[in-house]
Amino acid sequence: MTTLVERPDLTSPDGPRRPDEPVEVDQHHPHHEGPTGLLKWLTSTDHKVIGLSYMITSLVLFFIAGVMALIIRGQLMDPHGTLVSFQTYNELFTMHGSLMLYLFAGPFAFGGLANYVVPLQIGAPDMAFPRLNALSYWLYLSGSITMLLGFFVAGGAADFGWVAYAPLSEAVNSPGAGADLWIVALALTGFSAIFTGVNLVATIFYLRAPGMTMFRMPIFTWNMLVTAILILIAFPVLFAALLLLFCDRHFGTHIFTVQGGGVPVLWQNLFWFFGHPEVYILALPFFGVVTDVIPVFSRKPVFGYRGMVFATMTIAALSTGVWAHHMFTTGVVLLPFFSAMSYAIAVPTGIKFFNWIGTMWRGQITFRTPMLFSVGFMLVFLFGGVTGVLLASPPVDFMVHDTYFVVAHFHQVLVATTVFAGFAGFYFWYPKMFGRMLREGLGKLHFWFLFIGFWVTYMPQYVLGLWGMPRRVASYPATAGWTTLNVVSSIGAFIIGFSFLFFLINVFVSWRKPVPAGSNPWDGHGLEWFTSSPPPHHNYTHLPPVRSERPTWDYNHPEHRTLVTHEGPGSGSGPGEGAPAGAEPVGAR
Amino acid sequence: MAVGAPLLLAGCNAYPSYFASSGATTQGHDTFKLWSGMMTTGLIIGGIVVLLILWAVFRYRRKSDAMPRQFHEHVGIELLYTIVPIIIVAFLFVFTVLTENEVDATVPLAATTTASGKPVVDITVTAFQWGWRFDYPHLDVGVVGELKNGPDHHGPQMVVPVGETVQITLLSADVVHGFYVRDFDFSRYALPGVTNIFDLHVKHAGTYFGQCTQFCGLYHSEMFFSVKAESPAAFHSWVATEVRDGHVLGPTGNPATNIPPKSSPLQPSNNAPKS
Repeated sequence: MTTLVERPDLTSPDGPRRPDEPVEVDQHHPHHEGPTGLLKWLTSTDHKVIGLSYMITSLVLFFIAGVMALIIRGQLMDPHGTLVSFQTYNELFTMHGSLMLYLFAGPFAFGGLANYVVPLQIGAPDMAFPRLNALSYWLYLSGSITMLLGFFVAGGAADFGWVAYAPLSEAVNSPGAGADLWIVALALTGFSAIFTGVNLVATIFYLRAPGMTMFRMPIFTWNMLVTAILILIAFPVLFAALLLLFCDRHFGTHIFTVQGGGVPVLWQNLFWFFGHPEVYILALPFFGVVTDVIPVFSRKPVFGYRGMVFATMTIAALSTGVWAHHMFTTGVVLLPFFSAMSYAIAVPTGIKFFNWIGTMWRGQITFRTPMLFSVGFMLVFLFGGVTGVLLASPPVDFMVHDTYFVVAHFHQVLVATTVFAGFAGFYFWYPKMFGRMLREGLGKLHFWFLFIGFWVTYMPQYVLGLWGMPRRVASYPATAGWTTLNVVSSIGAFIIGFSFLFFLINVFVSWRKPVPAGSNPWDGHGLEWFTSSPPPHHNYTHLPPVRSERPTWDYNHPEHRTLVTHEGPGSGSGPGEGAPAGAEPVGAR
Repeated sequence: MAVGAPLLLAGCNAYPSYFASSGATTQGHDTFKLWSGMMTTGLIIGGIVVLLILWAVFRYRRKSDAMPRQFHEHVGIELLYTIVPIIIVAFLFVFTVLTENEVDATVPLAATTTASGKPVVDITVTAFQWGWRFDYPHLDVGVVGELKNGPDHHGPQMVVPVGETVQITLLSADVVHGFYVRDFDFSRYALPGVTNIFDLHVKHAGTYFGQCTQFCGLYHSEMFFSVKAESPAAFHSWVATEVRDGHVLGPTGNPATNIPPKSSPLQPSNNAPKS
């Protein structure tokens, strides 16, 4: 393990000052320690503490939702499965989707990883609005608890699917407090997301270290900026729709009911105007993760950095105009327009694949766990992307809409991003967060069980969909011939569930028998690898000059600084200029 | 190769099914051909990308501590991998629109014959929690069924003539449902407040299994129906039998009436295996 930051000859008090000496960061509160223990977790406004709170909470919810998925798969192993009742089944798939999409995938990305990593990557001491950040977390936690409380009220949890199509979600069809708790939970977590979005945008625009121009930001930070903007576009619309639904349910309005002159399909339009940008809110952060991971383990810079940034922006722009491809079979949307937009969004997404391949090309690739998960992500996401292009075609969508084909497609896309790339990020930044390594062997076992289980689970579901099995059914005719593939799919799901045991053991082992990580275990590129692991309270005691998109790499490999640009704010007046001689080497344990 | 792949859509006569139904209706068969061509294209392009990934992964495993060349851009290649996908999706879009126009084409509303003089059978399909009603307004026949009654416990049966145009008017009495017949390669929402109209032209006699695909509440899983396609002569004798047996439209002739209200005694066998 090389910790290249700690080179012995970095700063010589007697020699001439090198132009790339780190500069001491002005700490307004050098000895700001704050409370420790439980009180720290309850009161902290430190982005690292909040980020970890987010990550732990969202992973707990991920495991809860995963158990629900296993119950669902258990039910479907038998055509007339009796593991749970229809009612319970409907609650389970609703809550599985809601937990995974609203409470795990998004918060894990923008509340967890981004909260922790973005300020580090841009050399900021914290998020722009630390207290708002804390509010975001507590809103998120209370929203999550609110949603889970649905299981404990009369009538059970919400049971209308995570999309809550009106008028099924209206009071007449879904009475009971479970549905209301679901709505309130989404309002709470929605505001949590909006506040985090505001915070990320402000942080990235205003708190970048000297020299960190926009086009020197790591792609992960870029993608989080675009994600945050998408959050600000999408989530208010969801909140508006939820508010209208709540009015329908309780205050006698008829916005989504035919009786009284309302328009049920309006719900679908509003929901998917949120829902499709939401898909990219879930995907872009994880595209960013793998784009940070792949160059490090290929020992090369990102291939086509600018093209990738513009591809991300294009995705964001187009994602606000593709929502009705979820509504092709409603018969009330302009098919060619939404089809064209949906095809178009495949192009910038496809470009990213070539960026990743180009980054690996002629590199020196090591398959540490984060890299393995990133390659797994690429292979899984590729297949999900191909089937996604098929679904951009309205006639093909007519053919497979609401069947298991679609279930397989979006699980492939979402598991690729949030699970494969998500855990790539977790394994990648875990040493930074805790100053200790995860075990490679256990990480690889986790990957291979997940990867194999994944294909065993979802490939049969594509076929089931093409054979006519609709989604969200708790039973199916024994004569339909779907039983065998359902059993195979369920076995795959259990393999996936099993793979996470290796993950839990890995975390446990790293806690019981820590292997110190040092500041820079992977020979990383971004600024985050310059500070200690875990970073001090305000992240940096010293910052290196930022003259390219990979400042820590430049610092450690001065002979390979091919990306350094000599124009722009970083060159003449960077932090390296005028730094006091004799600054301490940075990143010492 | 990647550029040429979409040409398979136009030029290739072999349409591998890739597990899909080849379509029992003319509309469904058009969809099937689009599906097959797009799948072939997707597999070729996806296959190329997989090979590129695997090549990079295996070829460029770290073999030494030598630092690889730090290249990070190549304008030509970047332009290539931007423009080629645009051309590919443009091709796919053209074929999509052509197929879509075939699938969505309908005879004029209330037309009793097609342009070529063949008869048109109108059927009003009403979906409700949890069953289907099939009304033949011009033939004074109404078929209604809930959950698992009907042939083989697969819900009510819609009978249609083979080789003639059937125009479906799709309604919902309560929540959103999905009218889906796997062998027709087609589905459409039954959306409250919206009247959806589409044509089916069944090519082969047979019984086709259908089911609600849009989640609609507790018994969504069992909201089956079937479509029986038979010769026009058999179809008309079926109509006569139905009329004789009193399976006629509601008193007002309004197809959406006579649907059991939600409070009707509905006691489906929740998870009990079918007898």
